[in-house]
Amino acid sequence: MLKTEVLDIEKLRADFPILKRKVHGKRLVYLDNSNTTQKPRVVMDAISDYYSKHNSNVHRAVYALAEESTEAYEGARRKTARFVGASDRELVFLRGTTEATNLVRFAWGETNVKKGDLLVATKMEHHSNIVPWQLLAKSRGATLKFVDLHPDGTLDMGSFESLLKESPKLVAVTHCSNVLGTINDVARICAKARSAGATTMVDGAQAVPHLPVEVGSIGCDFYAFSGHKMLGPMGIGALVARRELLEEMEPFHGGGEMIREVFLDHSTWNDVPYKFEAGTVNVADAIGLGAAIDYLNAVGMGKVREHEVRLLEYALSSLGEVKGFHQYGPLDSGKRAGVVSFNYADVHPHDLATILDEEGIAIRSGHHCAQPLMRWLGVTATSRASFHLYNSYDDVDALKAGLKKAGGIFKV
Amino acid sequence: MSSADIYKELILDYYRNPRNFGKLEKYDIDSRDTNPLCGDEVEMQIRVGEGQRIEEIKFVGKGCAISQASASMLTELAKGKQLDWVKQVGKEDIFKMLGNPDLGPSRVKCALLGMKVLKTGVYGYLGAHYEEPDGPDPAPQPGK
Repeated sequence: MLKTEVLDIEKLRADFPILKRKVHGKRLVYLDNSNTTQKPRVVMDAISDYYSKHNSNVHRAVYALAEESTEAYEGARRKTARFVGASDRELVFLRGTTEATNLVRFAWGETNVKKGDLLVATKMEHHSNIVPWQLLAKSRGATLKFVDLHPDGTLDMGSFESLLKESPKLVAVTHCSNVLGTINDVARICAKARSAGATTMVDGAQAVPHLPVEVGSIGCDFYAFSGHKMLGPMGIGALVARRELLEEMEPFHGGGEMIREVFLDHSTWNDVPYKFEAGTVNVADAIGLGAAIDYLNAVGMGKVREHEVRLLEYALSSLGEVKGFHQYGPLDSGKRAGVVSFNYADVHPHDLATILDEEGIAIRSGHHCAQPLMRWLGVTATSRASFHLYNSYDDVDALKAGLKKAGGIFKV
Repeated sequence: MSSADIYKELILDYYRNPRNFGKLEKYDIDSRDTNPLCGDEVEMQIRVGEGQRIEEIKFVGKGCAISQASASMLTELAKGKQLDWVKQVGKEDIFKMLGNPDLGPSRVKCALLGMKVLKTGVYGYLGAHYEEPDGPDPAPQPGK
């Protein structure tokens, strides 16, 4: 049962120490992977090993520890860049996707967006791909408009193309919705945006952890993702951008590391990507992310995706049998990541999550940092189960049993 | 903690059939707040009568069973009381009103939303400012 046709789940689960723990006396059924994923032992070991044996600041001192640290940090950059088909000079290590969109807002937006310009995002974006553009629109006197969605939760390309006729300066779109699971055809969107003269920003936070991603074939200007959603540690993520763009942009944060020369009246900037990595960088977590990427590569992202597609199909068909279950998002698993947002009868998601927690089941409930999308769906909140490689059919079965229990308590 | 214990008949009854649900045509106090963690919403309207009494009180809202039942039960409790009574009400009274369910820290906010709305409105009417004793929202707002 545990062996899906694609992955040996029992073997994989043994790599994740937290999956051995009990919650309220029950096996932990962790279904909140769109929020953050659990970490394999190798990631924790890599971080501990770095602090135990190599800790020192990078790119500065010339002693052995500093050289080892620098080599390990830059090695993590190479791995991370290669993982998404980018070159290491194009990858800026940041805290995560939110810091990346804010970097673009300031370092690109404040100089390139003018009064009266149009910025375009979509109605399925996470707050981190909406709020920075609202702030940018406000500070530059620009306008922000949103691409509509079809009833099945896919982007309305007609709405997108009519916005393109207004010659937007920026098109910001998620690669994969954190609520609906919708995988957007970002290559097509970026090609159209580019021919309309727009700069493109893709939020890859929900895509890189679950699908093979080649930034080059997407053809975007900016692509961002977070390490903690892909088995890596919290506090590390990346922005990938075309090198010329990074070179012509203003810095984001000023300080140490990002400079070439500092005078009292002016400064010059370090080469990219260092120009955007002011202050002491997060060496340990970058190395942890590198270890997570090694782990994912060993499993194979194609297999991760195939596994999650099977779980998604199983979940939609199995949970769909429960009376009162209503799911959101496209039914075509080829266009959808392993995310199931749903409501169950008149049981509020928070009440459901409390009941499921008692069974050791962790799901997310609420607005998922996507309040405009919740309004579009006509709900205040949804429940969401999201998968990663250590989930299997038994987790879906546990969720189904939990729903039935909630149905009993709420007399659905 | 047992969820069967939290979701007693009482809470489910008030969730599905909220008392004093709706809006007042004439009111002296209108107070609304949300719980950023859940997106729970509660709005209360109060008409103040002679002797600073809560003559009429209604609420509207959206959210989980605990937040909505708690707000509804609180309106029943508050009706006819003097405004000063609202100052005395504390979280222990709310827990008692709900039948002392064993709520975890993340759900306590849901239970207390109605009280916060009531106090904020009444304090404002009396020219005072209500500040939650626990300070800013202690519940973390989860990410994606």
